[in-house]
Amino acid sequence: MTSINEIILLSGMVVVTFSIRYILVAFSNKYSLPGEFEKYLEFVPPAVLTALIVPAVFMPEGSWNISFGNAYLVSGSSAAIAGFVFPKKTLAASISTGLAVFFLIRLLSYS
Amino acid sequence: MYNAPKKEFILGMRDTAPLLLGAFPFGLIFGALAVSSGLSIKGALAMSAFVFAGSAQFIAVGLITAGAPIPIIIVTTFVVNLRHLLYSAALLPELKKLSHPWRLVLSFFLTDETFAVSAGRYRKEDDSPYKHWYQLGSSIIMYLNWQFWCAAGLVLGSRIPNTTSWGLEIAMIVTFIGMTIPYIRTKPMVVTVLTAGAASILTLQLPYNLGLIISSLLGIGAGVSAEQILSFKKGSKENT
Repeated sequence: MTSINEIILLSGMVVVTFSIRYILVAFSNKYSLPGEFEKYLEFVPPAVLTALIVPAVFMPEGSWNISFGNAYLVSGSSAAIAGFVFPKKTLAASISTGLAVFFLIRLLSYS
Repeated sequence: MYNAPKKEFILGMRDTAPLLLGAFPFGLIFGALAVSSGLSIKGALAMSAFVFAGSAQFIAVGLITAGAPIPIIIVTTFVVNLRHLLYSAALLPELKKLSHPWRLVLSFFLTDETFAVSAGRYRKEDDSPYKHWYQLGSSIIMYLNWQFWCAAGLVLGSRIPNTTSWGLEIAMIVTFIGMTIPYIRTKPMVVTVLTAGAASILTLQLPYNLGLIISSLLGIGAGVSAEQILSFKKGSKENT
């Protein structure tokens, strides 16, 4: 990638990312959000995150792999179960359980 | 008696600590992938410093490797980061009490993890006027952690071959699973998750990760429609 292209790409990403994070906060004194909009906004994170998670878990090599040999599927499922079991600390429970299971699998398969 | 700002700041850092665990392998893999993507070292460091959005950076690097056109990478970044709009909407009642410099700083540093932790703090009933210091503490520790591990990944990726085959992407996956679960409480949310999930499988073959954008939009559309249908049914029942 040429450095000029790199600068264009980075500037674009910075503008897009920062605008999303800042736009509502910047204009909060002048305008307020319609309630409907806020309600529908709630669907954005689960939709985007699921679209990222599902292929990575079920098709890590680009094709279906539903077996105990699929470390992503096994760790991902453990993370999901841990998340449901600890509803107050979902994020920390999912991350620590998922990572622990994954590294355990890796350790066992290399030894 | 309120916590002093300094105390809030440290508490924010402390409560974010477990979540750093997910960001660390994620930062490493970003750095390692960036080395082989064609992005310069400076470019990769600048991306972490100024964009500061793990999943978007990760996907951008994948797209650069695949030779995707720049506008596609920027649009993908937009869709992947769109969820931050919800976070800032949710924090708005708190953030709009603050001065402009504070709003600017806290917005720049807004991530999934800091949102999750800070929303919990704002929800607590004590009316401390310094809760934003807590969010700042969480933001700063996330930022430093991310910069450090991205740089480490760059060094590692250029010295040790195959870093990218260690499977460190798992960190992103389990973090996102932990982020998604709390949303799955209503029928429309289940519809969203199932639609986005199925669509992501069906569109995986599309070039430049376009499936990600399509699946996200379909998932949002399906959830909103389900919500409208359900509230319509509820409304008509109440009327009869």
